Amino acid sequence: MSNILAIAQKEIKSYFVSPIAYALLGIYALICGWFSLIAIANFIEMSQMQQGAADLNGYVIAPVIANAGVLSLFLAPMITMRLFAEEKRMGTIELLITSPITDLEIILGKWLGAMGMYCAMLLIKLLCLSFVFIFGNPDYRPLLTAYLGMFLQGGALLSIGMFVSNTTRNQIVAGTVMFGLSLLMWTFDWATTFKSDGWAKVISYLSLTSHFNSFSRGVLDSKDAIYFISVILLGMFLTARSLESLRWRS
Amino acid sequence: MIKVEGVSKRYARFTAVDNVSFEVEKGQIVGFLGPNGAGKTTTMRMLTCFLPPSEGKASVAGFDVLEQPMEVKKRIGYLPETPPLYPEMEVGEYLQFAGKLKRLSGADLAKRIDEVAQKTNVGDVLKKLIVKLSKGYRQRVGLAQALLHNPEVLILDEPTSGLDPKQILETRQLIKGLAGDHTIILSTHILPEVEQTCERVVIISKGKLVATDTVENLTNRMRGSESIGVEIEGDVAGCREKLEKVDGVKKVVVREDKNGRGYFEIESSEGKNIRADVARAVVQGGFNLTELKAVGMSLEDVFLQLTSTEAKEEKEEAK
Ligand SMILES: Nc1ncnc2c1ncn2[C@@H]1O[C@H](COP(=O)(O)OP(=O)(O)OP(=O)(O)O)[C@@H](O)[C@H]1O
Ligand SMILES: [Mg+2]
Repeated sequence: MSNILAIAQKEIKSYFVSPIAYALLGIYALICGWFSLIAIANFIEMSQMQQGAADLNGYVIAPVIANAGVLSLFLAPMITMRLFAEEKRMGTIELLITSPITDLEIILGKWLGAMGMYCAMLLIKLLCLSFVFIFGNPDYRPLLTAYLGMFLQGGALLSIGMFVSNTTRNQIVAGTVMFGLSLLMWTFDWATTFKSDGWAKVISYLSLTSHFNSFSRGVLDSKDAIYFISVILLGMFLTARSLESLRWRS
Repeated sequence: MIKVEGVSKRYARFTAVDNVSFEVEKGQIVGFLGPNGAGKTTTMRMLTCFLPPSEGKASVAGFDVLEQPMEVKKRIGYLPETPPLYPEMEVGEYLQFAGKLKRLSGADLAKRIDEVAQKTNVGDVLKKLIVKLSKGYRQRVGLAQALLHNPEVLILDEPTSGLDPKQILETRQLIKGLAGDHTIILSTHILPEVEQTCERVVIISKGKLVATDTVENLTNRMRGSESIGVEIEGDVAGCREKLEKVDGVKKVVVREDKNGRGYFEIESSEGKNIRADVARAVVQGGFNLTELKAVGMSLEDVFLQLTSTEAKEEKEEAK
């Protein structure tokens, strides 16, 4: 356990000693701020039209969270691209693999580290939303659900990204491939815009966004949670397999 | 302590290590010698469980590298060819991290860091960022990392590469001081290094084991002397006296003396070819000469090959 934490801590620190963390947090803050601004403007307009306060949760919090969920798809590759690729390029993978720790410990440590970085971004968003709570009085429960959703969605993305990073020693390749996968997972649910049964439903089920949307509306559905947890486990399993095959092949 | 039996490693179609076997006893320092691309790093990676052998068996302290890798890893300190350092960390922080990977913690870890920092002389850079260290210091931090959990076995891949002559001497001294408590394999392509630090040598070239020998024998060959093995029938002690009188013979060792049959190993002094004289002395003394052969003959050839590839490389580098 302590070595899992040691790896996680090392990962988090390496984000923050490099410009990556600040670039990610900066972009995230900027875009979240922008989303919030639009949402608030929209809310004010709606309130005036309806002659009284509109639903803060529906007009501000839900859209900001939903958009931020899409934003995570784009930023996740930047968190995960270096996870293993850099260790391979620098040769430090030899230290990890020849130390008396299991592959699972390495994988969990790496994933937790990436989650740490991701949670820092979620905190930034909480700051963006905090003024809604200062000046208004929205229901905080949907926000908790939404945060659980973001946590799970992020976990799934980072787990897949970790696997991609383990298949190459080139960070740029890892980042690009993961970016492509993110886009695919985002657009899978477009399948249902043309056809709403059969294979379209299956493909749409694989989409990250369709599962995230209910969370962002404050609806907690165990099916969605199970979907994300399965993706997290799948990513970890694939990473473990590729660590093993790394050994057998090269 | 370390046992390698018929180990091979294939990369796709290319065989990097081909049916290599050797053993290292507890407390010994063994030099792993070979030109570039000989397969030294690959063999070490198999011993440290980084790569699995394609064929054969390797074990460390009685634990098989494939079947009980965790037990092997606990007992090995490994300095890879490029020290596995994180440039953005401070040296002390790095040792802390490496120690946790090796399952040390708390006061125990702090104590070990102090000890290895002192041994490897990195005490004065503990607060420095690794990215700012010179190559020599990096090598030493890498070595400190390998020593952290006080492993029984040390596997050091070119521990002195990139160091200045003074640091090379210091490092060799350090490694020598570690022998006894630790069993050490170090790789190098520098011959004098082996001569100065190691007790035994394992030589590989193009993935194949060429020879294993003690350093003493090795250096004798380097000086141009040779060893021959002679088997005779007759009075062994008497024959020995005759042999010692032959011109150019430096030393005669009786390896076997049974039922009127004897086996000698004879060492010549420098640059002498004594085979003909030895054969004549045996026959004229009235003994039956049943065998006469060079012992570990190909060593000289290997060395010629080794040194010539090294010389070629140096020339190429100079260009
Ligand atoms: N991952 C790999 N894939 C394919 N071939 C490899 C791989 N790693 C090493 N080799 C090849 O295996 C051979 C042995 O390499 P190795 O690194 O073990 O040599 P070495 O004895 O350590 O050489 P040096 O003195 O240069 O360090 C070389 O010909 C090398 O090209
Ligand atoms: Mg090498």
